[in-house]
Amino acid sequence: MNVEVLWWEGCPSTEKARAAVEEALSDLGLDGTPVRMREIRTDGAARDAGFVGSPTILIDGVDLVPAAGEEQIGLSCRVYQQRDGRVSPIPDPDDLREALRGAAEREEVNR
Amino acid sequence: MSLTIGQVAPDFSLLDTAGRKWSVASYDGAPATVVVFTCNHCPYALAWHDRIVDVAREYAARGVRVLAVNSNDADRYPRDSLDAMKDRVAKEDWPMPYLHDATQEVARAYGATVTPDVFVLDAEDRLRYRGAPDADYDNPGERAEWLREALDSVLDGSILERPETKPVGCSIKWKA
Repeated sequence: MNVEVLWWEGCPSTEKARAAVEEALSDLGLDGTPVRMREIRTDGAARDAGFVGSPTILIDGVDLVPAAGEEQIGLSCRVYQQRDGRVSPIPDPDDLREALRGAAEREEVNR
Repeated sequence: MSLTIGQVAPDFSLLDTAGRKWSVASYDGAPATVVVFTCNHCPYALAWHDRIVDVAREYAARGVRVLAVNSNDADRYPRDSLDAMKDRVAKEDWPMPYLHDATQEVARAYGATVTPDVFVLDAEDRLRYRGAPDADYDNPGERAEWLREALDSVLDGSILERPETKPVGCSIKWKA
């Protein structure tokens, strides 16, 4: 499984996002899965990556939370919604676990 | 350069989403003024927004005024344009004016760095608190406690134990 966190230095949520991903992997018994951190530094790099905000978490190249229509590509902090409705700079831990579990199951099937 | 504790805050003249002009000095007689740099698209600003709104409502009865200022570069971040600000105020119930700092001069004069960045001024417009609304954007139970402590201190004339905290949020989007 490929797990990648795209981040921009203008947001203070990067370490918390990385920790949330690692914790979710650990919860699922997938501790050995590497988490690749990729910094997005410029508007051009944001365009190339389709980056709609920091952090963006890609699991096997797929955005954990598909970008909503109003989200614009560029260097900004991403707005996530927790399952209880609160706004947050990082995804809901349950969404994270669910996406990682799904990717792990697909990987198992394809073996 | 940031405004330092005890320093008189620079006055400004900004328009709100209804086209009304606001300034710090226009609050002659107000015992305290809160200037909070915020915006439409930052998750930290959004997460803390309701708590700041609650403070604005609750402290209005004691004469406290809250001014929300958006200084982000709207050319690169259209979600922070004046039109987007107007849309947001129209959809929500704001107890405070939402001011547009199109030139970013006010953010620079205050030394604001992120959204939200809170500045509490006393009756003489001296800075008494600068920082985050409270310790945790993710915990509504914090109730903007640091901001409340600062306002209570200004209103009661007591010493504020924590005049500065680290503002936490999205960097202000400066014009190139």
